[in-house]
Amino acid sequence: MTEHLPILQIIVPLISAPVCVLLRRKMLTWAFSLMVSLAVLCMAAMLLQQVLESGPISYALGNWSAPWGIEYRVDVVNAFVLLLVSIIGAVVLLYAPSSVAKEIPHDRHYLFYTAYLLCLTGLLGITITGDAFNVFVFLEISALSSYMLISLGEDRRALTAAYQYLVMGTIGATFILIGIGLMYMMTGTLNMADLSSRLPSMHGSRTILVAFAFLIVGMSLKLALFPLHMWLPNAYCYAPSVVTAFLASTATKVSIYVFLRFVFTIFGVDFAFENLSLSTFLLPLSLIGIFVASTVAIFQTDIKRLLAYSSIAQIGYIMLGVGLVSATSLTGSIVHLFNHAMMKGGLFLAVGCIMLRIGSVDLADWQGLGRRMPVTMAAFVLCGLSLIGVPMTVGFVSKWYLILAALEQGLWPVALLVLMSSLLAVIYIWRVVETAYFQAPADGAAKVKEAPFLMQVSMWILTGATLFFGVSTSLTVGVAQRAAEWLLGGSQ
Amino acid sequence: MNPGLYNYWIVIVLMMIGFYATIARGNLIKKIIGLNIFQTSVFYLYISMGKVSGGTAPIVGDGITSYSNPLPHVLILTAIVVGVATTALGLALVVRINEAYGTIEEDDIFSQDQAS
Amino acid sequence: MRNQMIPRVIAKFFIPMILLFGLYVQFHGDFGPGGGFQAGVIFAAAFVLYALIYGLDEAKKVARPAVVEALVALGVLIYAGTGVVSLLKGGKYLDYNVLAHDPIHGQHLGILIVELGVGVTVAAVMITIFFAFAGRGQSE
Repeated sequence: MTEHLPILQIIVPLISAPVCVLLRRKMLTWAFSLMVSLAVLCMAAMLLQQVLESGPISYALGNWSAPWGIEYRVDVVNAFVLLLVSIIGAVVLLYAPSSVAKEIPHDRHYLFYTAYLLCLTGLLGITITGDAFNVFVFLEISALSSYMLISLGEDRRALTAAYQYLVMGTIGATFILIGIGLMYMMTGTLNMADLSSRLPSMHGSRTILVAFAFLIVGMSLKLALFPLHMWLPNAYCYAPSVVTAFLASTATKVSIYVFLRFVFTIFGVDFAFENLSLSTFLLPLSLIGIFVASTVAIFQTDIKRLLAYSSIAQIGYIMLGVGLVSATSLTGSIVHLFNHAMMKGGLFLAVGCIMLRIGSVDLADWQGLGRRMPVTMAAFVLCGLSLIGVPMTVGFVSKWYLILAALEQGLWPVALLVLMSSLLAVIYIWRVVETAYFQAPADGAAKVKEAPFLMQVSMWILTGATLFFGVSTSLTVGVAQRAAEWLLGGSQ
Repeated sequence: MNPGLYNYWIVIVLMMIGFYATIARGNLIKKIIGLNIFQTSVFYLYISMGKVSGGTAPIVGDGITSYSNPLPHVLILTAIVVGVATTALGLALVVRINEAYGTIEEDDIFSQDQAS
Repeated sequence: MRNQMIPRVIAKFFIPMILLFGLYVQFHGDFGPGGGFQAGVIFAAAFVLYALIYGLDEAKKVARPAVVEALVALGVLIYAGTGVVSLLKGGKYLDYNVLAHDPIHGQHLGILIVELGVGVTVAAVMITIFFAFAGRGQSE
C-alpha cells in the first residue's frame, strides 16, 4: 500500500466528493469529510517521512512510464506543501459545522462539503503532479470549486467577488495554458523532469521566452503578486468564514509552489535569473506590494479586508525571498509558506468565531471584545504578534531568514525596508487590539459566550502551531532548508 | 508574412479580440463571451501545432502511414470541458447577480455597492 | 409549444434518433471522433429538446432532478472506481492492462468503462445545468 501512497493522496478526496453528493445529510457529510481529511493528513505525513528518508518518490499513472505517461513525483518541496495543505484542510473542516450552519442555507451543506473536498483534491493534485498539463487541470478543478465556495457568502457582494475572481482566475489559468502549449511545441514533452533536461539547449529560442513570460504573468495572477492582486480583498472579505480561512491559507501558497516549480526546476536558475534577470522584476514588485498592501490595511474598518491586505503583504515577503535567489532567502520563503498559513489560518478562524457570536466583522462592533470573548481575542492577538514578527513566534523565523539573506547579499536597504514594514503591521494590529481591549463595550451590546468547543479547538491548534514552530524550528526550517537546496541544485 | 503561419495569425487575432472584450466591456455577459473567445484561440494554438504535414486525422485505418499528433487533441478536449464548466459557473453567477442587483452592467453594480 | 403541431411531431420523431446517435458516438469513440464528453452533450440535448417542446415540468417527470444528481456522482465514481479496481488487481492506478485476461482486452475494456462514466456524468451535468437555468424566474 505504501507504494501507492502518491495516488491514494489524490483519489481518496476525489472519490469522497461524489460520495458526499450521494450522502445528502448535513452531519453525515461533515463527519465523512472530516474522516477523509484526517486520512489525507496521515498520508501526507507518511509521504514527507518517506521522502526525507529515501529521496524523491515517483509514481507512474496507468503504468505508462514517464515521459509518455503522467507521473506523480514527490520530492522535499512537494511533500512539505502537501503536508501544509492537508493540515489546513483537516483543521478547518474540524471547525466547520457551527460556522457553516450559521452562514450557509441548510439544504446546501452537502454541496458545500463536496466543493470543499474537490478544492482540497485540486490543491493536492497541483502539488503532487510531475506533469505540466496536469498542473493546469488540477488548477482549474481547485479554482472552479473555490469560485463556487466564495459565492456561498451571505452578502450579495460575494457574488460579484466570485465573478471577478472567476474572470481574473480564468485569464491567469489560460495564460499558464498558453505557456505550457508553447513549451510543448518546442520540446515535445509535458513531463517536468523531461522539460528541464530539454530546455537548456533552447535558451535562445523566442518561443521559450514567450512561454516563460506567459507562465510568469499567469502564475503571478494566481498568487496575487502586487499589481495583479485585485481579486483577493473582495474574495476573502465576502466569502463565508470557513472558506476564507481555507483559501487564505492554501490557494496562494500552492500557486507560489507552482511558481517555484516552474522557475527553478523546469526553467532553471541560470535561465530565469542570470539570463533574464527575473529578480529585477520580482524585487521591486514585492517591496511595493508589501508597503502598499500594509498601508491600505491600516485604513480598513472591515477586519476581513484588513487581513486580506495583510495577506497580500505577506505574499510580497515570500516573493521577496524568491527574488533574492539564495539558499537562505529561499529557506525563508518556503518556511514562510508554512508559517503564514498557520498565522492567517488562526486569524481567520478567530474572526469566524467572533462572526458567529456577534454577527459582525466591522471594527466598530468589536469594542470591548477583549472582555466579552477573552479566549478568542487572545488567539487573535497571539497570531497578530506573529504577523508582526515578534521573537518566539513563527513570523520572526521567516523574517529572520529574509533579513539574513538580504544582508548576505549586501542589500541592506532591503533589510531595512523589511523591518520598516513590520512597523506597519504593528499599526494595523494595534488598531484591533486597542478597540478590543482599551474601549468599553458599546451600550446595549449583548453578553456573548465564547464560540463552540470544536471551533475553539481548531483555532487554538493553529495558534499553538504559530508558537510551537516559532520556538522549535527544527522540523519546518530543516525541511525548508533541504527544499531550498534541492530547488537551487536543479538536480532531479 | 508567411502564408504557412496563417493559423497562428488567426490565433493572435482571436486572442486579442477575446482579451479586449473581457477587459473593456462592462456588461457581465460580454465579459464571459470574451473569455470564451480567448480560450478558443488557445485551443486553435494547440491544434495547429499538432498537425503533421501530410498526416491525416489520428484514427487508426488501413493503409495510412502518417498521422497527426493525437496528444494536443486530447489536451484540448480537456481544456474545452474546463471552458464549458467555467462558462456555466460564470453564467450561473450572472443570473444570481441579476436577481440580487437587478442589473448586469458593471458600473451600475458598482454604484449600487457604493450607495449602500 | 405543445400546441404547435409541427415542432411537436418533429420532436417526437427526432428525440429517439438523437438519443441513439448519442449512444453511437459514445461507443464508437475508439474508431472515430467521439467519446464520453461529446456523447454526453448530445444525449442531454435530447432532454433539452423535450423540455423545450413539452415544458419543464414534463421534462422533470422524465428525468427526475434527484436521480440526475445521483447520476452525476455515479459517473465520477465509475471512472475513479475503474482505477481502484486496477489497484486492487495489483497494477498501478488506472492500469488497464490488468483488467482482463490479456493487456489488449484490458485496454479495450478499461477505456470503454471510463468513457461510459464520463458520458453519464456529462449528460447528467448538462441536464442539471439546463434545469437550474430554466427553473429560474418561473416561480416569480
